[in-house]
Amino acid sequence: MESYKGVWIIAEQWEGALKPVSFELLARARGLADKLGEPLSAVLLGYNVRRVARELIYHGADRVYLVDHPSLAQFDPDPCANCLERLVREERPSIIVAAATTSGRTLMPILAARLHTGLTADCTELDIEEETGLLLQTRPAIGGNVMATIKTPCHRPQLATVRPRSCRPSPRDTSRNGEVVAKRYPDEVFASRFKLLGFRKLEEKVGVEEADVVVAAGKGIGSPSNLNWVYELAALLGGAVGASRAVVDLGWLPYPHQVGLSGKTVSPRLYIACGISGAIQHLAGMRGSELVIAINKDPRAQIFKVADLGVVGDLAEILPRLVQRLREFRSDAGGEGA
Amino acid sequence: MRIVVLVKYVPDTDEIKIDPATGTMVREGIPGIINPLDLYAVEEALRLREDYGGETLALSMGPLAAEGALRETLSMGVDRAVLLTDRRFAGSDTWATARALSMAVRHLGDFDLVLCGERATDGETGQVGPEVGAMLGIPVVTYVSRIEEVCPVEGGAGQIRCERLTEEGYQLVETALPALLTVVKEINEPRLPTFRGKLAARRAEIQHLTADDLGLPSGETGLQGSPTRVVKVFYPSLARDTEMVYEPPERAVERILAFLEEHSLT
Repeated sequence: MESYKGVWIIAEQWEGALKPVSFELLARARGLADKLGEPLSAVLLGYNVRRVARELIYHGADRVYLVDHPSLAQFDPDPCANCLERLVREERPSIIVAAATTSGRTLMPILAARLHTGLTADCTELDIEEETGLLLQTRPAIGGNVMATIKTPCHRPQLATVRPRSCRPSPRDTSRNGEVVAKRYPDEVFASRFKLLGFRKLEEKVGVEEADVVVAAGKGIGSPSNLNWVYELAALLGGAVGASRAVVDLGWLPYPHQVGLSGKTVSPRLYIACGISGAIQHLAGMRGSELVIAINKDPRAQIFKVADLGVVGDLAEILPRLVQRLREFRSDAGGEGA
Repeated sequence: MRIVVLVKYVPDTDEIKIDPATGTMVREGIPGIINPLDLYAVEEALRLREDYGGETLALSMGPLAAEGALRETLSMGVDRAVLLTDRRFAGSDTWATARALSMAVRHLGDFDLVLCGERATDGETGQVGPEVGAMLGIPVVTYVSRIEEVCPVEGGAGQIRCERLTEEGYQLVETALPALLTVVKEINEPRLPTFRGKLAARRAEIQHLTADDLGLPSGETGLQGSPTRVVKVFYPSLARDTEMVYEPPERAVERILAFLEEHSLT
């Protein structure tokens, strides 16, 4: 086990550009590598991505393992898992941190199964245990109501995923040095049992997961016509619209808007809960928000417990007024600026 | 076509409440249910059986009480249910769970498809499905939002075409059967059990399998067979220091604006 050294992150790319989560992973893993006194490497799998490899060094990697091949252009679990498995067997890292994205959450379990090692999903905190040098992986369960710290004592590498947007990306420093190691593998490594027949981009970019502000609607907004105000408020604050399960079940908003245990987990700077009672499933999806404003007519609504500002009142009266006042505020501010 | 659906018995999170004094979760006396996200996998299996014929089988690993989750699948129309239950499975992490489930799938004979929910609402790892697929050595398609076409072929070599939901959009994928799919909510609307289904489910016999039945050595089951160890569990408090506003709408809106301004969010 002592032969396993070094911390890795799995960089993510989309259409040849690095996704910001790659730099978030570097920010997390840099601290781990420094504590261990071991190098930090980034694994970059893609096609025509050689030119972005150095960005990973500028953002904190000491080394980049690059596999550049047409079969890696779009996410395909077969060549990705094959490359990664080979790389791990050759280079023997001690820790691998990946993003808890649809691809990371597919690739990492396959890797864990093949390598017979432990994997901890959605870690909110990663640390190194002083005495042992083991990775301490803290993650929420049961909708964030229980936190567990997990170790992988006797299997290597120690695998973990972290959610996107759960930390700040590491800063870019072009004076940083590092090496790009390009790996070449035989054709069978790139063979796939999948045919990728097409890609349909999401028509409406819901983006609740990425938004800095989320304005979420619950059943308490009263009627779907009041959603207009929710959308207006979100637009004014540069945010996205979220929904409780009740609202999705009623068909007022489609599923990609749903925040909570069976929907998305969000951690925006500001979360405005409009007419949401605060079932624990919903709280599970938004309790990581930096600031929470809750508006509800029931003063005993559970949502107020997790709010910084709790407004008891009727949304049909409050929302239009808030939108109007924000608009006035904007035009005032705009006037001063001009 | 033969379809295995993996289901999990989980605590009913709808029943979980927050202790108003401590702001932590009250776990006592929470009843168990079938993982709500597994219902979509069950529904999809039933629809595929309606379209292509064949057999559906639900498989779960858990304590005896997990029979409840399996009976729910039977009441929806699943043909057969199997429970992996053994003291030796206690303390299994995702790797050990996937190991046992994959051995059980093999044990139960040839299959075309394994379907799972996206994740369970208790552990929320979403790992067991893909790990089972990897251990079975079959293609894994995650986050499936639509099955477009299945061409099952007797004795293997069938194909499936489906769409998976990713951050950027829908990826259309074709792969060979047998395969393992994890499905998202968008895929369908699960049916409710019928009265007749419920009656039949109550009477149905659920087959039990143990670690010995699967020929699993003790080093590969339960805590002993788990690469990960939980070293600490704690209950974070949900509660924040809330400023409550009980004012008429005009004043309330001004307070919200002031709050936004204080945090430079306007």
